[in-house]
Amino acid sequence: MALTRPGSPPERPGPPAPAGAAGAAGPPAAAGHSGMAGQSGAAGTAGATGTAGAAGTAGATGTAGATGRGRVVRPARLRPTWLAAALAVLAGALLVGLTVGAARLTPAAVAGEIVDRMLGRPSGLSETGQAILWQVRAPRVALGAVVGATLALSGAAYQGVFGNPLADPFLLGVSAGAGLGATLAVAGGLPGVGGGVALLPVAAFVGALVAVAVTYLLGRSVGGRSTASLILAGVAVAAFCTSVQSYVQQRHADTIRQVYSWLLGDLSTVGWRELAGVAPYVLVGGIVVLAHRRLLDVLRLGDAEARSLGVHTARVRLTVVVAATVATAAAVAVSGLIGFVGIVVPHAVRMIVGSANAAVLPLSALVGAAFLVLADVAARTAASPAEVPIGVVTALVGAPFFALVLRTRRGELR
Amino acid sequence: MFRPRPPIGAARLPLLAAALAVALTAACGGSEPTSSAPSPSASAGAGSFPVTIKAANGPVTLDSRPAKIVSLSPTATEMLYAVGAGEQVSAVDDQSNHPATAPKTTLSGFKPNVEAIAAEEPDLVVASDDTNGLVAGLGKLKVPVLLTPAAKDLDDSYTQIEQVGAATGHVAEAAAVVARMRKDIADLTAESARRPGLTYYHELDPKLYSATSRTFIGSVYSLLGLTNIADKAQAGAGDYPQLSAEYVLSADPDLIFLADTRCCQQSAETVAKRPGWSKVTAVRTGNVVNLDDDIASRWGPRVVDFLRTVSERVSKVSPAASPSR
Repeated sequence: MALTRPGSPPERPGPPAPAGAAGAAGPPAAAGHSGMAGQSGAAGTAGATGTAGAAGTAGATGTAGATGRGRVVRPARLRPTWLAAALAVLAGALLVGLTVGAARLTPAAVAGEIVDRMLGRPSGLSETGQAILWQVRAPRVALGAVVGATLALSGAAYQGVFGNPLADPFLLGVSAGAGLGATLAVAGGLPGVGGGVALLPVAAFVGALVAVAVTYLLGRSVGGRSTASLILAGVAVAAFCTSVQSYVQQRHADTIRQVYSWLLGDLSTVGWRELAGVAPYVLVGGIVVLAHRRLLDVLRLGDAEARSLGVHTARVRLTVVVAATVATAAAVAVSGLIGFVGIVVPHAVRMIVGSANAAVLPLSALVGAAFLVLADVAARTAASPAEVPIGVVTALVGAPFFALVLRTRRGELR
Repeated sequence: MFRPRPPIGAARLPLLAAALAVALTAACGGSEPTSSAPSPSASAGAGSFPVTIKAANGPVTLDSRPAKIVSLSPTATEMLYAVGAGEQVSAVDDQSNHPATAPKTTLSGFKPNVEAIAAEEPDLVVASDDTNGLVAGLGKLKVPVLLTPAAKDLDDSYTQIEQVGAATGHVAEAAAVVARMRKDIADLTAESARRPGLTYYHELDPKLYSATSRTFIGSVYSLLGLTNIADKAQAGAGDYPQLSAEYVLSADPDLIFLADTRCCQQSAETVAKRPGWSKVTAVRTGNVVNLDDDIASRWGPRVVDFLRTVSERVSKVSPAASPSR
């Protein structure tokens, strides 16, 4: 691992990171999530390693990253071997996802069916078997991959934009806004629009975007361009939305189950239609975020330095946040609130490839897709033929794993 | 929780707690020791007071015939009106929608507010769940509370109807209601009406939550000899499991009963449009039955109506529709 130790000087030429950048990383961890004294420490160190990783990109020469003590910073680009490994993991996960499920289709039968389809041969499965595989299981696996990729990529992007390892795609109120939208739709509808379960995805999507827009306007009005004020505004908006949601929910306690299953994340009843609905937003958002991955590395030098290199820091941040938010809002609108993917996957990827966004972002998307497909396999097999909420699985697996990642990284940084 | 995401972490806790409470009361309510019969003193036709009822929440004593009853449970409301105590009811909760003449208020049975209930000056409160310290709170105000928790089988229903009758001075009417229910149900589930071998899926919401045979509603289906496809899930997921779509398709039920027609606008048409569901026997043979959510989720006298709907549909399933099973 090419991570700096906290005691060592930042591995880049030039002055230490400007106070603004450090300030952005500090306050949210302390203010937004009190009671986690250890976290601010982690935030600080990760910030330091971030600059180290960025140095490679910005310097663009092999020597810029090397220190006098002989340690070499990994080049900040996407190595083909990593890409191949991540693609292999994803392919494996997709295959497992297609072969495992509550309906008893043997792996051989599934494999045979896939080959038959590819070759255009008549199917060896019964009509019900075909329907289960292609209309129930396949779209679920595909949507799991899309949602996982979106959440992990957005999480990595948010962490890059805010310079805060605790940032996740729900930071600015996406989840609270979507939750409020979903609740309003289910609990009797919106004025003039009507309501019902069918409206839930649209309402969740709109709610998420409105909440983040309010967060942005509020953050700007109180703190100009500071990311800290944006994050604090997100906390306020999320708290407000959540309280309204709880109130509406309580007034309509008979609809609690419909909202509840969405809140915990649910891929159980999705089809190709849902996938087609979210694909445009997710694709465009994902491409925009990925296109900015190197600029995010430059941002880690600090605002002043990035500007001196000709980067519009505010514009880059806004573009990435908007793209990641739209993609996330579309994903959660159909999948519900699946927690932890946006935090645990990028950190796991960083543990292996270092913290350069140029590598972390695309790899997070691939690993996130694989992670959520496998989590969904667990969700539908653990209590088969019943379902376990996928959000429960991701947090149950993700939380200990995240703790392990933190422990490992801290040990290395000490 | 280590994770800093605000919504689920702290702010959603009340919501989760509420959901958990609903789940817990649904799960535990039936296991409360229910009394066998109204107290002996209630044997006279019109009832006599004072009377003590051995209810789910222990002995409940009424010194005189109640004239201002508050019901916080839709099922209890239906029971009160069925035994002829409707004129004594002064307020019912926001979910009590049957009969339509019941004096509906904004009172909540899910999150009861003792002060708001006391403001109605009731001399008897009937509720299905003791949430928010309801019984203790009203006890301090010397208002008797009769708990009628979610029934786990028909015998629980009969007992509760008799208790409601005894508490309101309608012992004879309650006995008649129970006798009529018993007879109707016996007729509807006669040997000739039973169709063992047919499988069914009872849907609580479009996310495929269902109810096993251990639930009240499941026990009623069992009277017709039907096999519940959700029973295979109870080991891993309890009595109200969320089934996998692919499991429902591969289980291929002969009948689908939708108890989510009101809440979630589901119907035979929407079910047929779900991905892959057009191949299911029940859909192919037109045996997707739209139920009334309310009737299918309550354990009052209208359970007979529910059973009649189910029985009529079951009797129409042609033997050929159920393949060699």
